[in-house]
Amino acid sequence: MQAQEPLTILIAEDSAADRLLLSTIVRRQGHEVLAAANGAEAVELFRQQQPQLVLMDAMMPVMDGFEAARQIKLLAGETLVPIIFLTSLSESEALVRCLEAGGDDFLAKPYNQIILAAKIKAMDRLRRLQDTVLQQRDLIAKHHDYLLNEQRVAKAVFDKVAHSGCLSAPNIRYLQSPYALFNGDLLLAAYTPAGDMHVLLGDFTGHGLPAAVGAMPLAEVFYGMTAKGYGLAETLREMNAKLKRILPVDMFCCATLLCLSSLRRSVEVWNGGMPDGYLHRLATGERVPLKARHLPLGVLSAQAFDDSTEVHAMAVDDRVFLLSDGVIDTSDANDQLFGVERLQQVFAANLEPDRLFEDIEQALRDFRGEARDDVSMVEVSLLAPAQLKPTAPVYSDSGQSCPLDWSVSFEFRGATLKRFNPLPYLLQLLLEVHGLRGQSGALYSVLAELYSNALEHGVLGLDSSLKRDAAGFARYYEQRNTRLEALQDGYVRVHLQVTPQEQGGCLVIRVEDSGKGFDVARVMERPLENVRLSGRGVSLVRQLGRNASWSDEGRSARVEFFWEVQA
Amino acid sequence: MTDPHVDRDVLDTLRDVMEENYPDLLDTFLTDSESRLQELQATADAEKLSEVAHSLKGSASNMGAVRLAELCQALESDARHKSPAEIVKLVAEISLEFDGVRPVYESERQHTHTH
Repeated sequence: MQAQEPLTILIAEDSAADRLLLSTIVRRQGHEVLAAANGAEAVELFRQQQPQLVLMDAMMPVMDGFEAARQIKLLAGETLVPIIFLTSLSESEALVRCLEAGGDDFLAKPYNQIILAAKIKAMDRLRRLQDTVLQQRDLIAKHHDYLLNEQRVAKAVFDKVAHSGCLSAPNIRYLQSPYALFNGDLLLAAYTPAGDMHVLLGDFTGHGLPAAVGAMPLAEVFYGMTAKGYGLAETLREMNAKLKRILPVDMFCCATLLCLSSLRRSVEVWNGGMPDGYLHRLATGERVPLKARHLPLGVLSAQAFDDSTEVHAMAVDDRVFLLSDGVIDTSDANDQLFGVERLQQVFAANLEPDRLFEDIEQALRDFRGEARDDVSMVEVSLLAPAQLKPTAPVYSDSGQSCPLDWSVSFEFRGATLKRFNPLPYLLQLLLEVHGLRGQSGALYSVLAELYSNALEHGVLGLDSSLKRDAAGFARYYEQRNTRLEALQDGYVRVHLQVTPQEQGGCLVIRVEDSGKGFDVARVMERPLENVRLSGRGVSLVRQLGRNASWSDEGRSARVEFFWEVQA
Repeated sequence: MTDPHVDRDVLDTLRDVMEENYPDLLDTFLTDSESRLQELQATADAEKLSEVAHSLKGSASNMGAVRLAELCQALESDARHKSPAEIVKLVAEISLEFDGVRPVYESERQHTHTH
């Protein structure tokens, strides 16, 4: 049995004989004694000396034991100072009063030394336990503060990485908790040089810093590649490879990636492991589910990774809605999940499309009884042409060190056409010419249009009139994938020529393909307009570039760009 | 034969615990009790009587004065319900009992002096 540590014990007893006796007993047990003759003296002694335990007579003059006990407990605060009442009160009501007043135990008169020693020992054990609890609580609080600070720093760094996005664009609505990052939720958006928009809604495994730390490299890849004009497929391959390389084996990122194109009136979708997104067609009221057909990012090796996307036609009023699994996984008191059916019910009941977020949040609140803060939702529509981001201002310089008189030709053949997108490289090359930088959007759009026409209509022989309605649209992109997979022969040639002019320069782009061509005269007859889904490439090229012309029965396209250097 | 007035075992324990302070304890007890008795005799207020009887009961039981403690308990619990005549009678009994046991404590005091 462990020896009792000596304590400082306060004895409050008004009867002198009893006080003397008790003090002696307690001193003999090895403790230091403070003695008070009434409640007021007891409180004062406690305030001055902070004894660790109190033996308190119940009935005393000036201030009785109950009041003294209350005051002492208040003074002690969080610390446990056990109070043992000394009493020859026998009625249970009186004993209850002792405990209600804050007493922890009582000792009956006549005093029994052995019982007293046992009670002191027991109370001291409790006192030390409380002390340990408080110490540990303070330690935990301190560590918690460290963790919070680390997260703050991580979030600040991440916000710098993420700020280059365009989540505040007018065509995006989103709902995200400020600490979404530490739930693993990620929402990124950026413009491509052509004015298309890439959007990523992601969900990393885990919580806290481990979930957040993968978001930074992912965001860098997303923003970097999107800005250079890479498409979804290349960006996905790069993001997957990066995450696979840097994340531990059991960590990955579910993600839905979108490419919205106002010019092509389409949305391209890749969903790896996220809940279904929905393309809501306002005209028909139909909601097309955008299902997860792929594994999350960071799971498969580069060889096994599938970067194939779905393309859907999209009208100006249509909306794409994405959500994180925080919505579906919300559970109620009986551990029932909110689930996809209830979400569909909210969709069906929703009367005002602009209130969809509020309707869903309300439904979640009704279901669970309180709000959750790890729900992420985003709704995207196409930018109206007038809302397209204006091109960045150009810095005028004499262009002393930029290439002004050069040409280059490329020929991309069968195997390369299947898996390589040359557009980012071509654009980077052209941007070496400072004078062209102000038109990078138009340049990219025209190049992309000419190249995709050459590849799809020329080499693959796809019929653009298939794209005139939504069903045909889907068929078109299925055929595209099939034919591209099977491609053996064929080529697309790209010629770029830059020549100086008096006050600036001229760029001539020519794109040729190995296909069958088309009836140029008929297409050129059509007025320039943007309404139809099919055959719009020609209009675009004619509008954005100068002197657009087609030759060799439509197999060769030519267009010019000019710039002037400001003095 | 156990003494109904003073429990000798209690005295033995007290002597053992208090060691050289035993005489002090005895003195304090006697002085204390005398003044309590005077208070009892001086007051007619039922609540005050209860309080004083309670206090005297406590120290009496600590000192082994068993019968004295019992009498004090009776006064403490019934002071409200007794008539003044009954109270006077009870207080007198208490006084008598104290006079009866006082020599025991005085003798104890003498005893230790001679050691």
